Amino acid sequence: MNELQAFLRRNGVLVIFLGLVLLFGFTVERFLTVPNLLNVARQTSIVAIVSVGMTFTILTGGIDLSVGSLVAMTGAVAALASAQWGWPLPAVFLAALLSGAAAGALSGLLVAYGGLPPFVATLAMLAAARGATLVITDARPITGIGPALRAVGTGATLGVPNPVWILAVVSLVAWGVLGHTRFGRHLYALGGNEETTRLAGIRVNRMKVAVYGISGALAGLAGLILTGRLNSAQPTAGVAMELEAIAAVVLGGTSLAGGSGGVGGSIVGALIMGVLSNGLNLAGVPSYYQQIIQGAVIVLAVVLDSLTRRAGPLRAG
Amino acid sequence: MTDTRTPLLRMVEITKTFPGVRALDRVTFQVDPGEVHGLVGENGAGKSTLMKILTGALQPDSGTIELRGRPVRIPDPGTGQRLGIAIIHQELTVLPELSVAENIFLGREPTGPLGLVDWSRLYRQTQALLERLDIDLDPRIRVGELTIAQQQMVEIAKALSLNADLLAMDEPTSALTERETEILFRLIQGLRDQGVTVIYISHRLEEIFQICDRITVLRDGRHIATRPVQELTPQEVVRLMVGRAITEMYPPPGQAPGPVRLEVRNLHRPPRLHGASLTLRSGEILGLAGLVGSGRTDLARAIFGVDPVERGEIRVHGRPVTLRSPADAMALGMGFVPEDRKSQGLFLQMTVRQNTVIARLKELSGRLLGLIDFRRARTEALRLVEELDIRTPSLEQTVRNLSGGNQQKIIIARWMARAPSILILDEPTRGIDVGAKAEIHALMRGLADQGVAILMISSELPEVLGVSDRVLVMREGRIVAEFHREEATQDQVMLYATGSLERLPGPPEAQA
Repeated sequence: MNELQAFLRRNGVLVIFLGLVLLFGFTVERFLTVPNLLNVARQTSIVAIVSVGMTFTILTGGIDLSVGSLVAMTGAVAALASAQWGWPLPAVFLAALLSGAAAGALSGLLVAYGGLPPFVATLAMLAAARGATLVITDARPITGIGPALRAVGTGATLGVPNPVWILAVVSLVAWGVLGHTRFGRHLYALGGNEETTRLAGIRVNRMKVAVYGISGALAGLAGLILTGRLNSAQPTAGVAMELEAIAAVVLGGTSLAGGSGGVGGSIVGALIMGVLSNGLNLAGVPSYYQQIIQGAVIVLAVVLDSLTRRAGPLRAG
Repeated sequence: MTDTRTPLLRMVEITKTFPGVRALDRVTFQVDPGEVHGLVGENGAGKSTLMKILTGALQPDSGTIELRGRPVRIPDPGTGQRLGIAIIHQELTVLPELSVAENIFLGREPTGPLGLVDWSRLYRQTQALLERLDIDLDPRIRVGELTIAQQQMVEIAKALSLNADLLAMDEPTSALTERETEILFRLIQGLRDQGVTVIYISHRLEEIFQICDRITVLRDGRHIATRPVQELTPQEVVRLMVGRAITEMYPPPGQAPGPVRLEVRNLHRPPRLHGASLTLRSGEILGLAGLVGSGRTDLARAIFGVDPVERGEIRVHGRPVTLRSPADAMALGMGFVPEDRKSQGLFLQMTVRQNTVIARLKELSGRLLGLIDFRRARTEALRLVEELDIRTPSLEQTVRNLSGGNQQKIIIARWMARAPSILILDEPTRGIDVGAKAEIHALMRGLADQGVAILMISSELPEVLGVSDRVLVMREGRIVAEFHREEATQDQVMLYATGSLERLPGPPEAQA
C-alpha cells in the first residue's frame, strides 16, 4: 500500500495521462488505433522538444517566453537554407540549431550579465524574433522545401515518425545531462539556491547563458521539424507555443520556483495536452471549447498533483 | 595577553562604519586553536558584522587580521574558504533537491569518462567524510527529506570537506529541538577533539556555558571582555552584555484577572490537535508551554482562524463563534503575532510607517473616495513608535534594516493600533537579545494591565514562568497541566510536557 502510494505520489502525472488515454479509448472511436496514436505522437513531438528546453530554463528558476517566436524564426531559416540556398540537410540542421541557440544565448546574456529578469529578457526576444521572422519571410510563407527536410517532418523510420525519433534522442540526452553531468546537477543547485551555488565556485552566469542557448537550440530543432512537416515556413508558426510548453513543464511537475523537476514529466505533460486535443477532435468537440477544457485540465492536473504530493496537512509550526 | 600559544585567529582593532552607525569600534578578537569560543552580545552589538569581516563578506574600514600568526587579507568569501574559514549561517543554505553527497561536494563532484558524475566515488568519498566526523547520514538521501538538524550537519560536513579548521556558527540551535541540540553539541565536541576551532554565536546563555571554553562579549560595537567560562556566571555575562545589572528580569505580575474573554473547548485538528481546551481572561498573560510539535502553534492558528478545525468550540466574550479566516478573528478583536516574524509578520521591504498602520488603513481612509489620509497615518505611526520605544532613524526606514527586537515591536504596534481585546503571541522573543526581550515583556504586561487578554507561546521555560500569570502545558495536541504563577517550576512543566501525567483543575466553569 505504501509503495503504491509512493509510486502514485511520484508519478501522478503519468497516472493522469494513462487515465486520459483509457477514457478516450473507451469513449472515442478510432482513438486507440496505431495510426492515430502515431499521429498524436508526431503532433506532440514538436511541443515536447520545446518543453524539454523549457524544462532547463524553469529548473534554474527562469523561464523562456521566446520559444514560440524562435520556432517560427528558425523554421524560416531552415526553409531559406533548404528552398532558396539549396543547402544539404546537415547544413540546414546546423543553421536552424545555431540561429536558435544564438538568439537564446542572447537572452541568456541579458539575464546573466544584464541583470534582466528572465521574464523580461525573453519577452523582449519573443517580440524581436517574431519581427525577425516577418523580415526574413517578408510576411509570406516560404515554400519549395527540399525532400530531405520534408522527410524529417513527415517521414517515418521503422514505422515510427521521424519527429518521434528526434524527440526520443533529445529526451534521452537531456535526461542524461540533467541526471548525470555536473552541469545538469548544478542546474538543480542553481534553481535551489543561486548564492550557495555561486559560493561553491560554480560559474552561475555562464550556466544561465548555456541554459537559454539550449532552450533556443531546441526551439530551432522544433522549428526545423515544423517546417518539414508543413512543407513550408509560416510567419505565424509557433504563436503561443511558449504557453503550451510551459503548461507541459508545469503539468510534468517541474516547480516554477526552480530546483526541482525533470524532463520525463515535461514529456508526459506534453503528451497529456496532445492526447487531450486529439481525443476531443475525434469526439467532435469544437476547437474553441477544446481550449477551455485544456485550461481546466491544466488546473485540475496541477491541483491533483500537489494534493498527492503533500498527503499531510499544510505545514504548521 | 598572557597566553603563550599563538592564537589561531587575531582580529586587531577592527573598525567598521555603516552610514549613521559605527558597527565595530576598534574591536580586537582572539581565538585559540582547538577551542570553542562563544561570541555574545545583544542584537546590534556587532557579532554578525565581525563574522562577516572574518569570512570576507564585508571589508573593515581599518584593522588587521592574523591567521596562525600571519597577516591575511580576506577580500571575498572564496578567499575565506581557501584560508580554511567557514561559516554556518542561521538560515541554512542546503539544496533540498540534491543528495547529501551532492550538497557536500557541490562544484567538486568527481567525474568519470564522458564527463558523467562518478556516483560511486562521490558516495564513497562522502561516506568516508561522514564517518570521520561521526555523522550518521546516508550520502544518497535527498537533503529535503532530512530534519533541520540533519541539514545543519550536512552544512557542517560541507564546510569541513573544504578543510576548514575555523568554523563560525551563527545561532545554530535556533530551529532545533532540545534533543537535536544535544546531538549538535556532541558533534561540536567531536570536532574540537579533532582540532577544529569553533566560534559559537548564540543568544542562549545556557548553551554558551554548556559548550564553550571561553566567551567574548561585545556591546555597542566594542569589545567588552574575553574570559574562560569558569570565571563567569550567566548573570555576569548578561551584565557585561547590557552594561547594567538586570536584577529583575521579568515584570511583576499584574492585577487580578477580569472576566473570561476567550474559551476554547475540545478543538480537534488531526494530526496535531486532539481536544485542546483553555480559558483566557481579560488582563492576564496565559503562558502556553510544551515541546516543539506538541500542537501549541496549531492551537494558536486554529484560534485565530488560520487553519480550519475538525470539531470543537470557540467562544469569544461568551458567544460561540465560527472562525473561517483571520479576518473573522480580527473582527472579534483578536490579534496574532506569528512565530516567524520575517515570513509571516512583516512586510520587510516596506517602511516602519507602512508596517505599523497597514492593518488600519480602512479607518485611516476617507469615507468618500477611500483614499488614505497620509497625514493621519503618519501621526498614528509616530504615536506608536514613541509609545513602544521603537528605535528607528525615521518612519521611512525599511523594516528589513531594523533589529529583531524592534521588528517584533512593530508587529505588536500594528496590533495595538487596532486595540485588540485578545492578543496571541507565538514565540514573541525568539532570536531577540536580552535588553529588547525585557522591553517586550514589559510591553505585554502593560497591555494586560489595560485589560487585554494575552496568550503567549514560548519554548523558553524561564520566559513562560517569568512572564505568565498562569501556565498551561501542552502535549500531543491537548492541554495536560495548568499551574498558577507561584506553583510552576521548570522541572514540573518539563515533567508534564514530556511525561504521561496530567494535572488539570475541574472544568473551566468551576473556576469562575
